[in-house]
Amino acid sequence: MAASALVGASGFGNWARLAAQQALSQDQLLEFDTFGNISLIHITDIHAQLKPIYFREPEVNLGVGANKGFVPHITGADFRKAYGIADGSPTAYALTHDDFSALAQTYGRVGGLDRVATVVNAIRADRPDALLLDGGDTWHGSYTCHHTAGQDMVNVMNALKPDAMTFHWEFTLGSDRVNEIVEGLPFAALGQNIFDAEWDEPAEMFKPYKFFDRGGAKVAVIGQAFPYMPIANPGWMFPEYSFGIRDENMQAMVDEVRAAGADVVVILSHNGFDVDKKMAGKVSGIDVILSGHTHDALPEPVLIGQTHIIASGSNGKFVSRVDLDVRGGQMMGLKHKLIPIFSDVIAPDPAMTALIDEQRAPYATELAEVIGRTDSLLYRRGNFNGTWDDLICDALISEREADIAMSPGVRWGPSLRPGDDITREDIWNVTSMSYGQAYRTEMTGEFIKVILEDVADNIFNPDPYYQQGGDMVRVGGLGYRIDITQPQGARISEMTLLKTGEAIDPAKTYVVAGWASVNEGTEGPMIWDVVESHIRKQGTVTVNPNNSVNVVGV
Amino acid sequence: MEFTRRDTLGLALGAAALTVLPFRANAAAEDAIAEFTGGADMAEGGVTLTAPEIAENGNTVPIEVSAPGAAAIMVLATGNPEPGVATFNFGPLAAVQSASTRIRLAGTQDVVAIAKLADGSFAKASATVKVTIGGCGG
Repeated sequence: MAASALVGASGFGNWARLAAQQALSQDQLLEFDTFGNISLIHITDIHAQLKPIYFREPEVNLGVGANKGFVPHITGADFRKAYGIADGSPTAYALTHDDFSALAQTYGRVGGLDRVATVVNAIRADRPDALLLDGGDTWHGSYTCHHTAGQDMVNVMNALKPDAMTFHWEFTLGSDRVNEIVEGLPFAALGQNIFDAEWDEPAEMFKPYKFFDRGGAKVAVIGQAFPYMPIANPGWMFPEYSFGIRDENMQAMVDEVRAAGADVVVILSHNGFDVDKKMAGKVSGIDVILSGHTHDALPEPVLIGQTHIIASGSNGKFVSRVDLDVRGGQMMGLKHKLIPIFSDVIAPDPAMTALIDEQRAPYATELAEVIGRTDSLLYRRGNFNGTWDDLICDALISEREADIAMSPGVRWGPSLRPGDDITREDIWNVTSMSYGQAYRTEMTGEFIKVILEDVADNIFNPDPYYQQGGDMVRVGGLGYRIDITQPQGARISEMTLLKTGEAIDPAKTYVVAGWASVNEGTEGPMIWDVVESHIRKQGTVTVNPNNSVNVVGV
Repeated sequence: MEFTRRDTLGLALGAAALTVLPFRANAAAEDAIAEFTGGADMAEGGVTLTAPEIAENGNTVPIEVSAPGAAAIMVLATGNPEPGVATFNFGPLAAVQSASTRIRLAGTQDVVAIAKLADGSFAKASATVKVTIGGCGG
């Protein structure tokens, strides 16, 4: 079906649902000839999105060094060409950014854990002992998750019955809360790289791996938590823990499980895709890496040596099914499907819908309150800016009377279509966190450059082990040029204060407002209140195209 | 442009250690190496240095060195004003020739381990440890 045929039609009411259902069916989405003797189900980076959402994939996702030009660093038409995806098709809508607003009218929302439950149940109907593995970033990212300190997600995920999980943003709940939840988890909490900070020894509460007997074979699942938690997030919230990539220890764990009789070795990883690729080349004996953190969704595994890397997207938008044929201590074959969760096509599981609604009920009024409306497509993903962060930076400049605004380069947060209402829930979906204070401070031009250079190196260092997996810090009121091929200290130039058009003076002091500082004791109003106040004043928001970052060396 | 960690401590985002540019190995580090090896060539391999790629806290970075059969291992933080960290000497009765410690790094730099092996030859390993502001991973 051509998307354009429906662009003029109403996206409201049942039109979107009918269109999506004409183009797709649940049976098609779930179609899979069961293969081998083991099934893995991978979901990751849900960011507490219990309900269906819109989610636009990035237009700009640059790779550097050896990863330049390779997936996931190709987007749009190049991505569709690489995988033979037709323009305007459901798969194009799910995996690429172009024509997003129009295709969203046709194919509707994605995700929703009640739809995910239907998919998981269908796979379990084929293979009752399928392993469900959660890659983490689960207990973070929404109004209800914040107000229940992750309990809503714990309750819902427990009902999905995962077999194991690893971690990232979970730790921003604070170590006391994380420990409390993990103690009661009815499944394995894994991370070979979660160490006790004081003793530099494996943390007792998180096991490195777990064995599962499946299909007559012994499956070892090794966890790999996000390596740079105390750097990318506030370490003072979980001072007892230390992380790191620790690939020597990963090799030791792979050797240990092999020696103990593992027939197949699966890594449940929150490394990010390029780090996983490098690790697959350094650590021998891994069959499958279920990759999370960088929110990439790939329709085919990437093979590094003998290791298959699977990337399963984010925000509940995808589930990967990976069937393995394991015989005599060897993986003989692998079959994979990235299943997009089209919310209007996949029937919700009624028990799960009820459980989700139960979590949300105490907050229903607050969640649903309409704060304003958007004329523009609001999305976050992209290396340098997204319209959501442009809006957030506008809010910071105007509400906090700043020259320059900074918004962290996180990759979570659903999209809104032009014409959509902006509810309080929508604002929290792109801002909620346990350190959301919007600071206002003075910085010299020189220091602003230091920050930009530092963050740029966390994305564009040619060695993935020195990257942290986010995007560039988003800026408002400031323009700059970035040459991504240069080393740290030489990437950023031509910094300009947009309101005057003058060059940033290294010695001069500017008023900067931002949020999500990793420093303890950061003061200011919460970012969601700042954004809500700004949108309320605007009524209807329009975000103009942002051309203030000049990217070279692509 | 030069920022030291101390300069940035008072700034809004600077509580985590940071520097602008990777520090370059200084003359003091080269002198220390020359003194330890007597100017002998150093082989790659034979000594293992384990260090984090990115420091969680530049003030206390855990590192580990090992070199089977070594008589001594010297560790240098080549970008620190005082690059000498430690020299571990292993007596003939030492069961394993490995040691771990925590070091302070003034900024992104190479940490170097040089082992004096049983046969009197020298081996070298190095690792770049990045010290960063952080704060934007997502």
